[in-house]
Amino acid sequence: METFFFMIVAAVAVLASILVITCKNPINSALSLILTFFCLATLYVTLDAPFMAAIQVLVYAGAIMVLIVFVIMLLNVRTESGRRSSHSVLFGSLIGLFSLFQLFYLFNRSSLTGQKGAIDSALINKVGHTELIGKALYTDFLLPFEVTSILLLVAIIGAVVLTKKKI
Amino acid sequence: MVSLHSYLILSAILFSIGTIGVLIRRNAIVIFMCVEMMLNSVNLTFIALSKHLGNVDGQIFVFFVMTVAAAEAAVGLALMIAFYKNRESIDVEDIKLMRL
Repeated sequence: METFFFMIVAAVAVLASILVITCKNPINSALSLILTFFCLATLYVTLDAPFMAAIQVLVYAGAIMVLIVFVIMLLNVRTESGRRSSHSVLFGSLIGLFSLFQLFYLFNRSSLTGQKGAIDSALINKVGHTELIGKALYTDFLLPFEVTSILLLVAIIGAVVLTKKKI
Repeated sequence: MVSLHSYLILSAILFSIGTIGVLIRRNAIVIFMCVEMMLNSVNLTFIALSKHLGNVDGQIFVFFVMTVAAAEAAVGLALMIAFYKNRESIDVEDIKLMRL
């Protein structure tokens, strides 16, 4: 049953991501991308990461995609004309398929090693996923977390400076 | 029980589709969305391996990847608006000011 569910969600995710790169209209691409994000959020729930699924829906499907759709509508982007060169499609697909085969080869040949940690689904159900994430974030990763806030501040200032006519 | 390899292979497929999209599309916003898709496939790898190893550190990195993606969205879309003001187009073939 779980495998069946995974297969359905994975198929929808792959189909939606193919639609993202084949749709002529950017709005349709954006809507397909939102569907892909929702499928990935579903997979995060099956992987015992409900907090990450919530963040995925809130930040990616909520904030980032709203910004992208807003810009598409603001710029009134027309659909792509047909003067796309077939060379770029051919070589792009070849490079993408080559990287796909390379990744498959890597997964089949290598075995996954690493130290097992203490966190399993029983502990996550008992303590709560958000609490575990918060503890790790505010103890071991406190400095990167603070640097993140500086990154966001710089991004805000950069966006304002780039879109302003006269500074 | 879904094996770890299924998640890794799904993530590889999504990453390759994102790569193909970046290489074959000419609309800058669609290229941008394909980059977001590649970041998301990496996030899936992080979370699958985090469950496999019983360690929560991978999910912290997903948090940071999402922050970088949000900052990238803000700055990238501002760049596109600035370019559109000058050229009335966001086709990447028109971005050739520094081409030899």
